[in-house]
Amino acid sequence: MDGTNHFRRVVLLWLLATVIMTPIVIFVFGPGLPPGNGTVEASGQVTDNTVLLATATPVALGVLVYLGYVLWAFRERTPEVVLDGPPIRGNSSVQFWWLIVTTTLVLFLAGYGTIRMLADGSGGGQGPNPLAVPATPAGGKLVVQVVAQQWQFNYRFPGYGGVETNQVELPANTLVQFNVTSLDVIHSFWAYQLGVKADANPGVNNVAYVTTKGPLTFQVRCAELCGVWHGYMFGTGYVVSRARFAAWIAQQRVKFAPATKQLPPYSKTYFPQALRRAG
Amino acid sequence: MSAIAVPATARPTGWRKLIGFNMLTGILLGIGGWFLGYWIGGRFTGVNIAYYSKTAGQNDISIMLGYLLGVVGFLVGLGFANYPLKRMLGHPPSLAEQESEGEGLYKYFTLSTDHKVVAKQYMVGIGLFFFVAGLNAMLIRTELLQPNVHVFGANQYLTLVGMHGSMMMGTMTSGLLGPFATFLVPLMIGSRRMAFSRVSAFTFWLLMAGEVILLTTIFFGGFQTGWTGYQPLGAQGTAGYDAYIGFFALVGLSMTLFGFNLVVTITTMRSPGMTWTRLPIFVWGALTTAWLMVLAAPMLIAALLMAASDRTVQTAFYIPGQGGSAYLFQNLFWVFGHPEVYILALPGMGIVLELIPVFSRKPLWGYRLAVAGMLGIAFLSFFVWQHHLFVSGINADLRPFYMLSTELISLPTGFIFLCAMGTLWRGRIRLTVPMLFCLGWIFNFLWGGISGVFNSDVPSDVTTHGSFFVMAHFHYTIMGGLIFAFFAAIYYWVPKMYGWKLNERLAKIHFWTLFIAFNSTFAPLFALGFMGMPRRVVTYNPAWQGLNIWVSVSAYFIGLSMLVFLFNVVWSLAIKREPAPANPWHAKSIEWELPTPLPVHDFDRIPVFDHDPYPYGEPAPTRAPVIAPAGRTA
Repeated sequence: MDGTNHFRRVVLLWLLATVIMTPIVIFVFGPGLPPGNGTVEASGQVTDNTVLLATATPVALGVLVYLGYVLWAFRERTPEVVLDGPPIRGNSSVQFWWLIVTTTLVLFLAGYGTIRMLADGSGGGQGPNPLAVPATPAGGKLVVQVVAQQWQFNYRFPGYGGVETNQVELPANTLVQFNVTSLDVIHSFWAYQLGVKADANPGVNNVAYVTTKGPLTFQVRCAELCGVWHGYMFGTGYVVSRARFAAWIAQQRVKFAPATKQLPPYSKTYFPQALRRAG
Repeated sequence: MSAIAVPATARPTGWRKLIGFNMLTGILLGIGGWFLGYWIGGRFTGVNIAYYSKTAGQNDISIMLGYLLGVVGFLVGLGFANYPLKRMLGHPPSLAEQESEGEGLYKYFTLSTDHKVVAKQYMVGIGLFFFVAGLNAMLIRTELLQPNVHVFGANQYLTLVGMHGSMMMGTMTSGLLGPFATFLVPLMIGSRRMAFSRVSAFTFWLLMAGEVILLTTIFFGGFQTGWTGYQPLGAQGTAGYDAYIGFFALVGLSMTLFGFNLVVTITTMRSPGMTWTRLPIFVWGALTTAWLMVLAAPMLIAALLMAASDRTVQTAFYIPGQGGSAYLFQNLFWVFGHPEVYILALPGMGIVLELIPVFSRKPLWGYRLAVAGMLGIAFLSFFVWQHHLFVSGINADLRPFYMLSTELISLPTGFIFLCAMGTLWRGRIRLTVPMLFCLGWIFNFLWGGISGVFNSDVPSDVTTHGSFFVMAHFHYTIMGGLIFAFFAAIYYWVPKMYGWKLNERLAKIHFWTLFIAFNSTFAPLFALGFMGMPRRVVTYNPAWQGLNIWVSVSAYFIGLSMLVFLFNVVWSLAIKREPAPANPWHAKSIEWELPTPLPVHDFDRIPVFDHDPYPYGEPAPTRAPVIAPAGRTA
């Protein structure tokens, strides 16, 4: 052919693009990645998202630079004449190195994700017997049961006389254990800024952990289609100082004292009513 | 003469054609069957039985039986009972009973055993429901123009979401294989037909019956579950959920049989010399997809049968607190559902790898690697399904395994990318419309694949699961992948299938508007998901309205781009028809050696293959002139 070393050109272009883009991704986009740094688990997810994005950047750039280059360099300039290209049917060393590089990347990502997940559970629902329990900070541990139903979340505090509230406040610098369950259909408890998501299954106790930092306002949304008013199943929660939390929960216990007496005793799951099922 | 004689019975003409076994009879018998089933179901109700939907005054047994007998009536009216009945009564077999060249348009409304007719039936049927489902998407985006409810009520909105998802998923499982594999696989492997011609027709008409059933959901209150149909929400839903069950069960049956048909055809009916390593890569795509269909779709049917019996005869497979489990449905659904997304993706990969050699004028780079990639994807797709349930609390200890298996799928997918990219290297790239769509596929699928890594990583998935991020991810792989491959295939093979070319200028407008509008629609959805917008909500945080308006307006441009395509079809078909030459792309695979239009029996002599379909740049191998359909070109 024309003697141009196309391969070296592509590699150089790719290196240039990668050297420019990867730091931009890590230092400019990275801090803006979800779900923010409100809790220990949320910060962990930001780190994880940054690592994934930084790993993906050279891969995406590789494909894009390659595509751009071949479309520029190998485009047919005289389409009126149908000419064939060189009959190259493969290249075993390219295939070999491709396999090595992609396998390494994939194993790295899977290994990294596993280690990160097993460290503190990453705020995800882990079922009734959680494997990854974060270390309890100086503030101690608080158990909050999230009871989902069509179409709201209620919060029950077994450590405070089993009082059930329809708002949620959490103390700062505390390990919070969410026991998520549902009374009817599948919901998903998604506290965005906390970095927590756990499906609420009827008859299942789904445990998720979060370690709060300082004061924070967080949005709670249902992340699993749960019927007609799914779109309206949202609310706001607050992480407040330990003193304010103590005052708040004491106030709630007084406020809901009559209702608490009517509630069934605290349990991991509830089966109040069969689903409009007769007989 | 063709190999199989067409019986020379006198055929009715004019309006008399309407009397007999055809679509009209099928529709009439289908409606009759519906009322019969509905009436019988009504008789079943006892005073002691109350149904979930009793409050709505609807009886699920009646509705289910109505659908069942309606489908049976429709199929009998089309003539599917004739052959088995005749055989049982001792008549000789008559394979070609409906194959005829002289029937004109009428044959498309009947049970046809000609694979080319079935392929065109698929093309129009799938196009029709693709259009309907696309309109649903426009309506969804209209509602999301404002953060509060303003056009549709919440129930209507969810029904639209569910219909869009179900119809797209159900229709497009056959979207590439239905028209293109039915048409091309027999040609490419040198067979005159599919292994089971009548089953081919059956899978098509079954799919159409299913689509109509899904549309009837609007008469019964719609369904609130989305396309995933999770339980026990489904058990609680209005009678419209019965339509969802009926639709997906028929789609499942259609897929299973279609896959079975393809596996048998490709395995047993290859002509001499068509070895496994000479098989066109599109046929490999069809074969791996067919295996997935055969193995995965029965799971769906089983899951839906249990859902149906929960709703009708009061079993409790999915009712927690009554001995059932909501997890059971999720598991069964995704054991089907994850292979399903590769059922959507693999044929597209086959098409892209089939077309890129033609327009790079080079042999397919790394043929064996591409085949290994397809087999690897098909195999691994059965071991990843619980990544849909990472935060559900089920089998939490197995999450590292599912994380690994999910990320491993990017290896065989990488093979497909490598082969596509390797084929472009040093080629003589011709940017025709099909090639543009193939390049669009590579670009879109790249983002689909990279965003998939975020979903497969548990810590990252805690944020992205159930959000618009996931929605953007699978639209990049399915719409950016499957639909772009779909249009590549249409622009590439329509000249062969129909004998006319689509206008190239309009086609280029279609491509560029679609490519830009598609990316402009779905790229912002990644951002919305990252910001915390959940899927399937009718209301959202007003702070997100700006991006949502952008997305909706871009979505309308997708709609306009599709109208350009429709206009192109009408223009090129009816207004300015340009007859296509036999081989407009100078391709070297066998379907282009055949005359246009194709004779009914494709080959007068079965071809013998001595090379693969990609001898670009190589000394032209000498193939005996196997196709000499004398006197058969129109």
